Amino acid sequence: MNNVYYGKLIFELSKEGRCGYSLPTNELEQYSLNDMPANLMRGEAPAMPEVDELTVVRHYTNMSNNNFGVDTGFYPLGSCTMKYNPKINEEMCNHYAFTGLHPLQNENTVQGALEVYYNLQSSLAEISGLSEFTLNPFAGAHGELTGLMVMKSYHLDRNDSKRTKVIIPDSAHGTNPASAAVCGFDVVVVKSRPDGTVDVEDLRPLLDDTIAGMMMTNPNTLGIFEHNIAEIAKLVHEAGGLMYYDGANLNPMLGKCRPGDLGFDIMHINLHKTFSTPHGGGGPGSGPVGVRAGLEKFLPNPRVVADEENMSFKIECNDESLGSVSGFLGNFGVIMRAYAYILTLGKENLRMVGPLATLNANYIKECLKDCYELPIEGVCKHEFVFDGLKDKSTEVTTLDVAKRLLDYGFHAPTIYFPLLFHQALMIEPTENESKETLDGFIEVMRTIAKEAKETPELVKTAPHNTPVRRLDDTLAALHPVVTYAELSAEQQ
Amino acid sequence: MSKIVEGLYYSESHEYVKVEGNVGFIGITDYAQHELGNVVYVDMPEVDDEVSQGEEFGAVESVKAASDLMSPVSGTVVEVNEALEDEPGLVNKDAFENWIIKVEISDASELDNLMNAEAYKAFIGE
Amino acid sequence: MTYKYFPHTDEDVRSMLDKCGLKSLDDLYQDIPDELVLHRDYDLPEAMSEIEVRNLFNELGNYNEKLNCMIGAGCYDHYSPSVINAILSRSEFLTSYTPYQAEISQGTLQYIFEYQSMMAALTGMEVSNASMYDGCTATAEAMMMAIANAKKKNKVLISDTLNPIVTRVVETYAKFHGIVVEHIAAVDGVTSREDFEKKIAVGDVAGVIVAAPNFYGIVEDYTGWADLCHDNKALFIMNCNASALGVIKTPGEWGADVAVGDGQSLGIPMNFGGPYVGYLCTSKKLIRKMPGRIVGATKDMDGKRTFVLTLQAREQHIRREKATSNICSNQSLMALYVTIYLSLMGKQGLKDVNALSYSNAHYLAEQIAKLDKFELAYPEKPFLHEFAVKYHGDIDYLQEAMLEAGIQFGLKLDNETLLLCATETLTKDMIDDAIMICQGIQDFNDAAID
Repeated sequence: MNNVYYGKLIFELSKEGRCGYSLPTNELEQYSLNDMPANLMRGEAPAMPEVDELTVVRHYTNMSNNNFGVDTGFYPLGSCTMKYNPKINEEMCNHYAFTGLHPLQNENTVQGALEVYYNLQSSLAEISGLSEFTLNPFAGAHGELTGLMVMKSYHLDRNDSKRTKVIIPDSAHGTNPASAAVCGFDVVVVKSRPDGTVDVEDLRPLLDDTIAGMMMTNPNTLGIFEHNIAEIAKLVHEAGGLMYYDGANLNPMLGKCRPGDLGFDIMHINLHKTFSTPHGGGGPGSGPVGVRAGLEKFLPNPRVVADEENMSFKIECNDESLGSVSGFLGNFGVIMRAYAYILTLGKENLRMVGPLATLNANYIKECLKDCYELPIEGVCKHEFVFDGLKDKSTEVTTLDVAKRLLDYGFHAPTIYFPLLFHQALMIEPTENESKETLDGFIEVMRTIAKEAKETPELVKTAPHNTPVRRLDDTLAALHPVVTYAELSAEQQ
Repeated sequence: MSKIVEGLYYSESHEYVKVEGNVGFIGITDYAQHELGNVVYVDMPEVDDEVSQGEEFGAVESVKAASDLMSPVSGTVVEVNEALEDEPGLVNKDAFENWIIKVEISDASELDNLMNAEAYKAFIGE
Repeated sequence: MTYKYFPHTDEDVRSMLDKCGLKSLDDLYQDIPDELVLHRDYDLPEAMSEIEVRNLFNELGNYNEKLNCMIGAGCYDHYSPSVINAILSRSEFLTSYTPYQAEISQGTLQYIFEYQSMMAALTGMEVSNASMYDGCTATAEAMMMAIANAKKKNKVLISDTLNPIVTRVVETYAKFHGIVVEHIAAVDGVTSREDFEKKIAVGDVAGVIVAAPNFYGIVEDYTGWADLCHDNKALFIMNCNASALGVIKTPGEWGADVAVGDGQSLGIPMNFGGPYVGYLCTSKKLIRKMPGRIVGATKDMDGKRTFVLTLQAREQHIRREKATSNICSNQSLMALYVTIYLSLMGKQGLKDVNALSYSNAHYLAEQIAKLDKFELAYPEKPFLHEFAVKYHGDIDYLQEAMLEAGIQFGLKLDNETLLLCATETLTKDMIDDAIMICQGIQDFNDAAID
């Protein structure tokens, strides 16, 4: 990685009078901004940097060298499904015939875009075993919120307003309860058994006529398939609730199992996980929401539907819908990529995704369980959790192991999640990783275990070879400095 | 080994209340601050807010954790410790000296629901 | 079993299964009850080669039409410098994860810090978050922030001059979150001061949401609004067109507590509705109530200046159901888009873009108002690059005729009103063409009547 240009902010490269753009000459200068009432205009120009084009290009190119990405190396990041992001997807989503479309332009002039949207909706429905999808939600968390809005709308539509609670397992990601709260639900926690699956006996007494539904991932956050899922779904349905499937862990199910067939009524999919769209350093993602038959009318506006009569597609708004969660039709650029991915794989390769990802996870687990603590034995799905190093005498923590991995050119696994274990290291390889990559990772993990015993300080002070060393995040939280204006005021 | 002060009342959620007349000084115990790590923010109520026993009145945050503050007694907030706004780390320095809110206690009998120093010591297993 | 995205050979699979003590890939799923397993292929097409995928998208692309854009309404066709896409396609940015591992994510963290700095400067506010999904959801988040801040109040006021597409989303969030929304009436294209004063005086309002420029393109005068909000312990929230903030009075200058909106106007391609980027800026005092990610400056072990995700204890992964928002990520790559755009445009570029758009729009407005059947809907009101016109004719027919000529001629608001927009991407010739078509329809109709 490049350390040479490290650290300067674009503002620190600014020099008055430079610019990095060119615009046409104004032929209509007589119509001038100066005619605007002065009291409606800003006092001073905003403090933007003034830089030339090459300076901008070098600055951001050098910054990119301080970043790690899937194209740089392996991400064993549990619950994040860091797949390879195929280049053909990028080429297609940047297709000039799509990028210049205004979302409100005449329907007849966007039929190609609507067909992409519609076909992805249908493909996801087939893959999920559900009836219909909306692609409007912008991210997984946004999908969760949308799905829960469907759940609430369903109950309210039946005039059943006392269903105010949603059941969520204690092993769930924090987003589940947060989404439930934003949607105006109270959260009821159901316990896990020692093997990490939902405790059906703990669930039973929670089920009454105040329950709107239950949120689950399957496999759960420990990578264990909830084998009681059919019974759980039956119990929740008997109590009048709906089953929500958090698609965070859908990847191992590809080709093998469909959430709709497991008894789920509503789900979201993370296109940036299961369908290979890039994470982009935290977004844009896409969180399509699917529902079983009977719930379609609650999906958010606007909707893309087929107009069979005219052999075309149209955008519709429906009065019974939950409302709108996006201005237009979601992150269309992400939708384009996911559609290209599904077309590229086709049914014969899609069915291999789950098994190959699952094989990779089990292989790593088996190769490392002698030096890392494996709390739950048995076949896992796409991911599994170690509870830190097996040898607890070294005082080397999960954080230290994670940081040392960076020195060896691997991203860290997800750490300290799920909360069921103190030293959780959650590992998820995807189907795209070769045996050689996995073997390389395994070897490094073994080396770190050895270092923890022999040279613990080396691990505790890692990383050593990265553009920057461990950061003081207490300082950052105690004295938040979040803009250049604050930073330069402080430096003076 | 955490510090425990005699004469205070303790809750199971690791708050203490020091009673002076009908006023209670409420904070988190030394054990709690130690478990939490470096405190970077204390979310406090406003003066005149009502608090109830066992109900949340604020939160303490460290870098990677947040813990709700549950009031050990019911009453009205008469003062908040403004020093914690600038220097939340005071809670780590001395959790008992640096109380978080001062409450006019509305029902002294609620103190019977709390632990004394000895019982709290046993509760945290020390 | 060879496929370009699956590196395992049959031999690899066999040896790995061996290591796991399994015989076949099916054994990996032996814990799943058989009746729950899918025993068929998906009902989907077979795999396509790259050539076939390209052909298909080309064919689909033929069913789209790139039009000359005289429509805005929340999405604007602005100039996008070529540098931006070149940098965004760098896979070190594109394929990276959320920057939790700060030591190997300084690229992402640093541009987010730059983004926050630029958005704070643009809005005149003290702090910005790391970005949100889009302007609509950012406005909804601002509403929930006002409710959380007010603790016991659960009502917000929304001006009727806010883009109805934004209002629609905000109202959906409000409905499910249990927030009461009341509208402040619009009179003659601007928010009614009288109605505002009446409704806020009731005393139970947590936040007030207005727009700049508003849905009709008008730049409203909000003198005294912030004070009135603060007197009533309500947050003053302004939804602003990001590009326009380069020249119009900022939320900071108006005394707003929260500035929100969509960053799409900062050069992001229209892309049929997304991805865009929502921004949310506020005061330092309210930083802990602000939803979303925040990047802060700090130092590493060697004392080097570095950047890190901070104030995370507010967020969903720690606070669960007590978090200020359920948002997990930001719209990172699009925040990078905006950051590079603003770097290139700098102080002067932003002003130039607005000046060009202003000239084009005002020329269009003046020319069109000269035609018999057109009149400006709010002729006395100041606007930048978007305005409403009344058309005393068949709007559908007019828009169809424009489509024939490759022009998306505004958004139809009702049977006699069009919302038109002109940015710097239009030329005088394009505008003249549109005027000629209007004139042509008029002449044709006149002739028919004769």
